[in-house]
Amino acid sequence: MTVNIIGLARDLYKGLPTTLCAGCGHNSITNHLIKALFDYGVEPHLLAKMSGIGCSSKTPAYFVDQAHGFNGVHGRMPSAATGAKLANRDLVVLGISGDGDTASIGLGQYAHMIRRNLDCVYLVENNGVYGLTKGQFSATADLGSTLKNGTVNEFAMIDVCGLAIELGATFVARSFSGDGKQLVPLLEAAIAHRGTAILDIISPCVTFNDHVGSTKSYAYVKEHELVANMPDYIRPREEITVDYEPGTVQTIELENGSHVLLRKIDAGYDATSRIGAMQAIHAARGNGEFLTGLLFVDPAVPDLCAKERMTATPLKDLGEADLRIGREEWSKLFT
Amino acid sequence: MQRVINDFTIRVATVNGSGSQSSNLVLTNAIFSLGVPVAPKNVFPSNIEGLPTWFDVRVTARGYQCRTRDIDLLVGLNAATWRSDVASVKPGGAIVHEATYPIGGDTQRDDVTYYAVPFNELAKASFSDGTLRKYLLNMIYVGVLAELLGLDEATIEAAIAKQFKSKPKAVTTNMDAARVGFAYAREHLSKRDPFAIERMSGKTEGLLFMDGNRAAALGSVMGGCTVVAWYPITPSSSLCENFIALAEKYRVDKTTGEKNVAIVQAEDELAAIGMVLGAGWAGARAMTSTSGPGLSLMAEWAGYGYYAEIPAVIFDVQRAGPSTGLPTRTMQADIGFAYHLSHGDTKHIVLLPATVNDAYEMAMDAFDLADRFQTPVFVLSDLDLGMNSWITAPLAYPEKPFDRGKVLRADDLAKLDTWGRYRDIDGDGIAYRTLPGTNNPNAGYFTRGTGHDEQARYSELPDVWQRGLDRLNKKHETARTAVPKPAIDESGNAIALLAYGTTHHAIVEARDVLHADGIDVDYLRLKALPFAPEVASFIARHERVYVVEQNRDGQLYALLRAELPDHLVSRVRSIRHYNGVPIDAHAIIDPFLAAEREPAVVAE
Repeated sequence: MTVNIIGLARDLYKGLPTTLCAGCGHNSITNHLIKALFDYGVEPHLLAKMSGIGCSSKTPAYFVDQAHGFNGVHGRMPSAATGAKLANRDLVVLGISGDGDTASIGLGQYAHMIRRNLDCVYLVENNGVYGLTKGQFSATADLGSTLKNGTVNEFAMIDVCGLAIELGATFVARSFSGDGKQLVPLLEAAIAHRGTAILDIISPCVTFNDHVGSTKSYAYVKEHELVANMPDYIRPREEITVDYEPGTVQTIELENGSHVLLRKIDAGYDATSRIGAMQAIHAARGNGEFLTGLLFVDPAVPDLCAKERMTATPLKDLGEADLRIGREEWSKLFT
Repeated sequence: MQRVINDFTIRVATVNGSGSQSSNLVLTNAIFSLGVPVAPKNVFPSNIEGLPTWFDVRVTARGYQCRTRDIDLLVGLNAATWRSDVASVKPGGAIVHEATYPIGGDTQRDDVTYYAVPFNELAKASFSDGTLRKYLLNMIYVGVLAELLGLDEATIEAAIAKQFKSKPKAVTTNMDAARVGFAYAREHLSKRDPFAIERMSGKTEGLLFMDGNRAAALGSVMGGCTVVAWYPITPSSSLCENFIALAEKYRVDKTTGEKNVAIVQAEDELAAIGMVLGAGWAGARAMTSTSGPGLSLMAEWAGYGYYAEIPAVIFDVQRAGPSTGLPTRTMQADIGFAYHLSHGDTKHIVLLPATVNDAYEMAMDAFDLADRFQTPVFVLSDLDLGMNSWITAPLAYPEKPFDRGKVLRADDLAKLDTWGRYRDIDGDGIAYRTLPGTNNPNAGYFTRGTGHDEQARYSELPDVWQRGLDRLNKKHETARTAVPKPAIDESGNAIALLAYGTTHHAIVEARDVLHADGIDVDYLRLKALPFAPEVASFIARHERVYVVEQNRDGQLYALLRAELPDHLVSRVRSIRHYNGVPIDAHAIIDPFLAAEREPAVVAE
């Protein structure tokens, strides 16, 4: 039996059977996530699977059955994730959201989670459509795209990656649900990142948004996708640096001592430049293309728990002796 | 002229932002330091500078803590409200005022004594610094009043020293200003009013001033709260601000600087309650504090917390609503909303503090109840309790350990073949939970606001859904005997009053006044929802029970009638006060006597 670096079988990373539509991009993401969590060796009991409401938000039930899951209210998962991490900073917080849950109803909490640099992985399973309520536009739908019934989107799209970079995000990546080769290493890098790791995953809705007028259909994306860089995530305990030619590889050291190696397609791309990332995103968008890969990373910014100078002990484990004012100090309060 | 000693009310009418607050506190503390009970009430505008503000200091030998509508002594320092301020003074009262204010027409009364003091002129002559002058003018009236009421300079000086303890220069400057007032009053005013303060004993020894927000913050610290998420809103902000100050002092490791607490100023109240629920789910004691508009925003998450069964503590320091309402005025108008906060069949545990000590004790109770019942617990304070200073005994050090409720740890799970997150093992409606991070393969479960069965699995089956709602109801029934019991003061009278929260203080005085008129009434002070069984039995022992509360719609009255057995419903009457200022005894006595004159007519 194959086991991972903490000696667990891959089956332990599986969940309940999916109830999403057959062929849904979200199911592909779930499978890649299972591989990434297994490969990384995340302890199932330390994983906190957080989500809001929508098709994407159902997916935490479909992987790592042993972990605790929290399917909250629409657009408010970041706040619940923040509370959970503050209560127990040992948790690996994995938030799964969709484009409506993030960019429409949840835009405020998305922005403030990023501002605080909450240590979590935040996936946007982005299909530009409300699937669960049967096919209305979300705020990530491209200007000019059409619904199945012919309605044309008249409003500018919100680019959750561009927005995240503007808000000070410390890890921003974009990928495609059908591209496991790119997505799995990005997921592992996101888990290793100490801070908010935003992963916008274009995930076609086969039922409501995979038709000719959509800009997030399989056919459209396959044709227009640009691959900016190819990250290979390597854990330090493995010490594998495999076959990356010097000069084509960029190494970024994460706070926990691990590294992300970036292979640049475009020799000029620098994932440590916030302005460069914004330009690249805008340039790609200008050509009607998706720029994928690790778009921006800054591992040096402290996460929320560090900024708050929280004790290493999970707050949930503190007792009366740690938390109450001492008797002597107490009586001084009333003199 | 009959002297009136230690039983009158001073009203200071000023302009907001003029810095009168510390002068008012000096006056309050000076009187209190002579052993005389006082009840200060700050009636202030939702404004930083320029709108009228009033500060009432009730000097009360009997120790009443409620507001009174009888103003005996006015300090008039706001030209904009001068006419109505003069009208507010009781016949026989006195008015100390800025000498340039006109007296004539409405403001010319022959049943009050006027003391004209050239405050602006005195300030100008005494203080060269223009910015300080406006502020120090207020300390001049403290000196004038002190001289008129018989407080000596040493008493005022001690109160000033207490007020500005760490700033010796401020003590000197302020005392200089007070002396200007003393001197002016001595030289130019001859005492023509009956009011005087005399040292007394037996009422204030060992007691101190505190506001309810600070007490609730102390209760949160001692109750083991480790996660606070909040959004600033009047009148609740000082609760979290007090918590922050306490946490900075008592929750930081002196050597490492590491904190045993996490405090987040959230982007809004939706995020604040979301963080509290996330923390409660993961096993920390977490709270937020808010007021009406924030409570409205928390509604969706509150229902989630109720249905997914997650501990949380929410302080609602009530202000006058609906809508933005009067942010700096008080009401008890959130009780109906809070009890049922959220859509669907939702009902919560609600605690109802009346005193500073309640605010402290109930804060600690709230964390225990939230963990025990795995549900959001609301503590409904109000502006009057939260922001005014009250006389209280020192708060008692807690002797009880935390009650963390039914939590299965890894070693507990090791002894069980299976467990179900929402299974009622003990028959009390309360299931067992596990925390994320529990190292056992069976620990995990999926928390959701969608329909779920005993194993926390998604379910739309009709019987599963109904069974879940019934168990939650059973849990609510269990809470009836676990929440703080009502305080009952009963001596076999046929008629009774029933109240909660700060209305209590007006009830105390109202019962004394009625007693003096030969009318004795029993009293039940409600401390929590759901109703304890003692409430119905109390009503059953009385012919008529008047529910007194500070809202227009008789919200508690309605909740009570909805739950009482049919034969008791007609025994309950309603008395309501809702003008935004704290209720006083006459707001109870007058409608009570009117209703009693026609006992057949049900007050509605």
